Amino acid sequence: MSGKTLYDKLWDSHLVRQDDDGTALIYIDRHLVHEVTSPQAFEGLRLAGRQPWRTGSILAVPDHNVPTTDRRAGIADPVSRVQVETLDRNCAEYGITEFSMLDPRQGIVHVIGPEQGATLPGMTVVCGDSHTSTHGAFGALAFGIGTSDVEHVLATQCLILKKTGSLLIRVDGALAPGVSAKDIVLAIIGRIGTAGGTGSSIEFAGTAMRSLSMEGRMTVCNMAIEAGARAGMVAVDDTTIEYVAGRPYAPKGAQWEQAVSGWRDLHSDDDASFDRSVSLDASSLVPQVTWGTSPEMVTGIDGVVPDPDNEPDSVRREGMRKALAYMDLQPGTPITSIRPDHVFIGSCTNARIEDLRAAASVIRGRTVHPGIKQALVVPGSGLVKQQAEAEGLHTLFLEAGFEWREPGCSMCLAMNADRLQAGERCASTSNRNFEGRQGQGGRTHLVSPAMAAIAAVTGHFADVSKEPA
Amino acid sequence: MDKFDTFTGIVAPLDRPNVDTDAIIPKQFLKSIQRSGFGPNLFDEWRYLDHGEPGKDNSARPLNPDFVLNQARYRDASILLGRENFGCGSSREHAVWALLDDGFRVVIAPSFADIFFNNCFKNGVLPVVLPAATVEALFAATTATPGYALRVDLQAQRIEAPGLDAIGFEIDPFRKDCLLRGLDDIGLTLQHADAIRAFEDRHRQAAPWLFNKP
Repeated sequence: MSGKTLYDKLWDSHLVRQDDDGTALIYIDRHLVHEVTSPQAFEGLRLAGRQPWRTGSILAVPDHNVPTTDRRAGIADPVSRVQVETLDRNCAEYGITEFSMLDPRQGIVHVIGPEQGATLPGMTVVCGDSHTSTHGAFGALAFGIGTSDVEHVLATQCLILKKTGSLLIRVDGALAPGVSAKDIVLAIIGRIGTAGGTGSSIEFAGTAMRSLSMEGRMTVCNMAIEAGARAGMVAVDDTTIEYVAGRPYAPKGAQWEQAVSGWRDLHSDDDASFDRSVSLDASSLVPQVTWGTSPEMVTGIDGVVPDPDNEPDSVRREGMRKALAYMDLQPGTPITSIRPDHVFIGSCTNARIEDLRAAASVIRGRTVHPGIKQALVVPGSGLVKQQAEAEGLHTLFLEAGFEWREPGCSMCLAMNADRLQAGERCASTSNRNFEGRQGQGGRTHLVSPAMAAIAAVTGHFADVSKEPA
Repeated sequence: MDKFDTFTGIVAPLDRPNVDTDAIIPKQFLKSIQRSGFGPNLFDEWRYLDHGEPGKDNSARPLNPDFVLNQARYRDASILLGRENFGCGSSREHAVWALLDDGFRVVIAPSFADIFFNNCFKNGVLPVVLPAATVEALFAATTATPGYALRVDLQAQRIEAPGLDAIGFEIDPFRKDCLLRGLDDIGLTLQHADAIRAFEDRHRQAAPWLFNKP
């Protein structure tokens, strides 16, 4: 019998019961909650006369709707305000821990969970948000759920699931300077497609993954959902344990020793077998830029906008044509000649301290190009913002002509006031380049923080790996 | 949740791959704290020529004549025919609520994104996965025949498609049973409350740090 994958281990250690057809009840350790996908779940619970099973499993934070400008006057948009107040009320009613909008720990739910040690190795973590896959970076089983399942977890502490297939993605080799975790995951999605992980849980492995910091691993796992996977994960190693140590909600003392000894087993066994596997050579990777309206529509900075006429599949060809029309791009256009109007550095993909440092190191001593209408930095949490300010990064950004904002999801999905106007083009460190994602008619190019920064100062996409160090 | 047994409806073809949930229901409508009322804003950015906002009178907005669901022959459609990776992106269940609110009870595609697929079952919407060639044949039949309708028989796992051989489809037995009986799966899970408590006790013994309250 072959050994277990990391996914097998996480599944088995949370299995409450299983039917003969494989339908299982899986216990959920951590339930992260935000304001957009929870109100109907709390309301459903109330209407059915049920109580939350274990409020101690829940950490709540408003992030999608919150303004990133001065918040002391509250939220101007009355509809957004009601939604955030509804979260506050639900948390107060049930005694749920919430970092409310003015709490210095408030931030994007997928940034604050790890930052607080509320995300731990070996956990099952869910949230009514597709980017919950982020937390898999800790050797956790983490995935997004819909609102009905938010209610299901509130009421039962479990989910009804069937086990997915397993996909091993090995990334080996050393990244060139200026090439980052974001480029790895964009290249993976470009290779396997946005449905390449459908029906699977992905384990990211290989020397390049091992060399990434926890923040880099989170960036990769964050976009596992963009490859269609239920979850993405990385095995626990010293990097994981060092990151978790000392976090506010991490175990302490004897509990810490006991926990670490268990976490050391959170890796796939040497003889584990996967349903599928894919390999990527990190050493040949160049910075990536998306050109279309799906994250799989991506190429290297040295590439050109592809020609739909060269696509043999008719459905894909038509999809490319629609994408190029929406993006207002011609086949054959060099990526380096594309000029964004906006630059957005933020989101649960790339708004952690290392992301801000990477961007800041590119702009140091330079200024935002006059062709750029707006360049925004939106830190992932209040604590990331504090840290950046302690390092003086905000001064670099502000002096270069960036705006330095309060934490939240912001222009990643444009639910608050931060959004593109129709026809505007954005170099964005976020995760989705769908039509209208950053504002109706807006055009998104997904890039790493360093690539967003160099686009801001040069006015066009440029190869940050060619920059003098 | 309404039961689902057999369903007959007009088919509307949405001929593009990777239809994401941002397209199905744009973000500004997610500010609602209700489960209903999303129907008029289904595919809002494709459906209307102007920008939609919550509270706007949708009946007064200019329709995009090029969008397929605005064509008279598809106005009463209740079965949506899509392409690969339907429902990708955001986990927002509002996408399924919007489809349901606009009258759709069945979505047929060669593949679905995982969270959207799951959300459908929670709301009495049947997502049917069919081979790409079968979907292609349905696109051809739908566009060739105004008023083209399908009869979907969930119990028999069969679709009657005029002009084509009857189409069988696969469905998870548990999900099929929930749809047929209109079951609330929270109620089903709570029948195992003792097993959950017993697991929780063992889990707490083995890994007490998982139970530290944030």
